[in-house]
Amino acid sequence: MKYIPDGLRRLWHRMGSPRWFYETTGSWVPWLAASAALLLGVGTVWGLAYAPPDYLQGDSFRIIYIHVPAAYLAQAGYMLMAVCGVVLLVWRMKLADMVMATVAPVGAAFTFLALATGSIWGKPTWGTYWIWDARITSVLILLFLYLGIMGLRRAIERPEAAGRACAILAIVGVINIPIIKYSVDWWMTLHQPATFSVTSAPAMPPVMWIPLLLNVLGFNLLFAVSVIQGTRTEVLLRERRTRWVTDLCRQERA
Amino acid sequence: MHPKRKQRLLVIGVLVCGVGLTTALVLNALNENINLFYPPDQIVAGLAPIDQRIRAGGMVVEGSVFRETGSMTVSFVISDLAGSNVPVTFEGILPNLFGEGQGIVANGRLGADGVFVASEVLAKHDENYMPAELAAMQGRKPPMGNTVNAGSNGYSAGG
Repeated sequence: MKYIPDGLRRLWHRMGSPRWFYETTGSWVPWLAASAALLLGVGTVWGLAYAPPDYLQGDSFRIIYIHVPAAYLAQAGYMLMAVCGVVLLVWRMKLADMVMATVAPVGAAFTFLALATGSIWGKPTWGTYWIWDARITSVLILLFLYLGIMGLRRAIERPEAAGRACAILAIVGVINIPIIKYSVDWWMTLHQPATFSVTSAPAMPPVMWIPLLLNVLGFNLLFAVSVIQGTRTEVLLRERRTRWVTDLCRQERA
Repeated sequence: MHPKRKQRLLVIGVLVCGVGLTTALVLNALNENINLFYPPDQIVAGLAPIDQRIRAGGMVVEGSVFRETGSMTVSFVISDLAGSNVPVTFEGILPNLFGEGQGIVANGRLGADGVFVASEVLAKHDENYMPAELAAMQGRKPPMGNTVNAGSNGYSAGG
């Protein structure tokens, strides 16, 4: 670790302190929430009411404006949880465990949203609500992993042990992420390949993809604000016996 | 890095690699079962079981769709666009997106005569989206049964 600049190292050490996190992020929440609401409002109204209908699917294609960002964040959230798991196991950073505990229900909600919207879209497009193809099955496994991690945390009484068990499950489950991503390429599935990639132009005109981009950014901010606010609550809950939290409560009451 | 942390990181790395390798081997062994459908070339080559419930998938060949008069029976040919063709018959209601040149996945049984008798037809959608005006400019037509007749619904009759 000799090559890491001092400033970065200091930031890393400070990040280990739940109190630092609580005090720093307090002012972020309203800004993040407001920009998330603005982006999601514009993106959703534009996408659902003003974007032109698809020539094959008609209006049902509009589910993309919810489905794609939800599915993307379901996977990104899981990766965040796995990274927190590594930080917890290797550096024993308590804050990582608090973030991990917060991400699980948020990620599960996004995964459920992706599955539900996909199913609703599947009926008019494919002709079925559900099919056991590789993509849909692997996303269902992702939902079960999230629910499993939430259950595991509640099943183990000692918080340190619960955190470590969840971290291991989160890290092992990360294998599922590349399977979800490449399922549509590796196997024959009913689900189509990815609509967007970083390397190629989107396969739709700007009037269709700009609202989607706004919603993807909005969903990102919504995810961030949910995780930050949730982690702040988790910090107060777990540090409730410390001096700074009791002082804070006394100030609030006064 | 602290040697203890380095060791923990190493253990996690080995764990992930081990689980990854195991998963890769299992998925590789189950490869055939994870595929949702048989493509036309495998059916033509005789790799698909006869008279068992399987799925077949491919593109509906242009000009191959025939509807029998007086019944719900439809016959068409699916192709991989590389020379392998499988004839399909189906009795029932086709999905809205079914059309010539569109991808489909059919659920049913392959007969000894090489004809696939479908009990369910699902439409496959590609990753491209396009507004109707742009599609019309490029000469793409909406699928059958979706004939564009909007605008002639009598809304102009009022006054």
